[in-house]
Amino acid sequence: MAKHEQVIVAGFGGQGVMLMGQMLAYAATNEGLNTVWIPSYGPETRGGTANCSVAISDSMINSPVVTKPDSVIAMNLPSLQKFEPKLSKDGLLIVNVAAIKDYDYRDDVRVITIDANKEALALGNLRVANMIMLGAYIQATGIFDKEAIVAVFKKSFTGDKARLVDINIKALETGMKIVD
Amino acid sequence: MAKVLMKGNEAMALAAIKGGCDAFFGYPITPQNEVPEYLSYHMKENNRVFVQAESEVAAINMVYGAAGAGARVLTSSSSPGIALKQEGISYMAGSELPAVIINVMRGGPGLGGIQPSQGDYNQVTRGGGNGDYHVLSFGPETLQETVDLVRHAFDLADYYRNPVMIAVDGLIGQMMEPVDLDNKIASMDLPTKEWASNGKSGERGRLNKIVSLHLDPYDLEKHNLKLKKKYDEMVEKEQRYELINTDDADIVIVAYGTVARVARSTVKTLREEGIKVGILRPISLWPFPEKAFEKLPESVHSLLTVEMSLGQMHQDVRIVNEGKRNLAFYGRAGGVVPEADEIADEVRKLVKGANA
Repeated sequence: MAKHEQVIVAGFGGQGVMLMGQMLAYAATNEGLNTVWIPSYGPETRGGTANCSVAISDSMINSPVVTKPDSVIAMNLPSLQKFEPKLSKDGLLIVNVAAIKDYDYRDDVRVITIDANKEALALGNLRVANMIMLGAYIQATGIFDKEAIVAVFKKSFTGDKARLVDINIKALETGMKIVD
Repeated sequence: MAKVLMKGNEAMALAAIKGGCDAFFGYPITPQNEVPEYLSYHMKENNRVFVQAESEVAAINMVYGAAGAGARVLTSSSSPGIALKQEGISYMAGSELPAVIINVMRGGPGLGGIQPSQGDYNQVTRGGGNGDYHVLSFGPETLQETVDLVRHAFDLADYYRNPVMIAVDGLIGQMMEPVDLDNKIASMDLPTKEWASNGKSGERGRLNKIVSLHLDPYDLEKHNLKLKKKYDEMVEKEQRYELINTDDADIVIVAYGTVARVARSTVKTLREEGIKVGILRPISLWPFPEKAFEKLPESVHSLLTVEMSLGQMHQDVRIVNEGKRNLAFYGRAGGVVPEADEIADEVRKLVKGANA
């Protein structure tokens, strides 16, 4: 199966959007795929907006810049407003609706809404909201299976952070189940 | 070795270690800070030298000193910082000292911004220092090509006894892409540095002096001609480029670095529309790859230069073109990366123009 995927992950700084994108890029690298991860960089701080784009392909990645994403993962309202219009027709939009009420979504894209904050708190740590969203994303796109991401968790969270592997796996599974 | 996912700046730093870099001297500036950050611990681990200098000017003069002692030396910076280093670069060229300089370009002039740019093309290819000198310089496209060139640059610097610059835009520094740091690259047969000023070492029995001062004009002219011979050799041997889809092309986009990569997307789209477009991608910025233009087929009626500057490389395209083909230019500046669709629109204009 040919793989071509361009995704933008966006949210507040501190929500772990860069990490979500990196998890995908690491998984792609492990599978021998081509990938480019690009962060927005600038005078950004915790609480400000942050986003990254990831391109994944089994052939050469031409433009590393993602202008018309196949998928958008929006962790907050400003990100939704900024990136929903850029999404390809029939694209995938996954939104953390924790602080979003009554949004008028495009009707030519697939929309998945998750209160990722609530789900994360139920798991005991608000900070895994990002991996819930990531779980939803891999389930909805089928781009990677669970084990591919779990392998990245195990490689990325080492030393003191090794204790975070389990809760992140749980978060991933939670997200996958919501979409299933 | 399997490919590893690395951030551009970190990959360049590791490539320098792999390239045999003995010492790094630098001063922080966005968007290249991960280069010194990475080296600040990994140089020590490898028993090599890392110094964060008090300024760019200090850093480049430390580079001069260490290079003069025979070490393989690296400095990295971004546009305004590279501007500050120009005096030192001219002195190194004059004193025939090898060094590798990484420039992760950002918007200018002045402090400008911190987003990706190619606005230093003139500074890179013409030099901002005084005198008749050149810096061998490259503008790679992917992270793999970048790390391969960083490693090779140390050999090239030693071979020519001249500074070598790797000029990438901020995007290449900031992005992550899988790279093979042990990719097979050309290795050069290099003599020992008999000229190095490292005390009375070996059989020499005398102290080497390293200077760029020649008060006798005839002496200096002789020195200038000696340097020119090296630059002529670079022009002959170091022109690097890639021709992409040019065999049957009517229109060729001239672009380097990230812009060339974006242009590949443009070419894919336009080819599906039946527009015969290709890319001439300079890899060496100085020497400018004039030979590539000789290889373009007669069918090419127009060249479209696309840069993240307002037409700096385009001047070189004009010089090489000598009025032969129709020329057009499209540039974005200030940190804005041109999109594939924007470039496609510019190409379409040339199609219409040719049919009119």
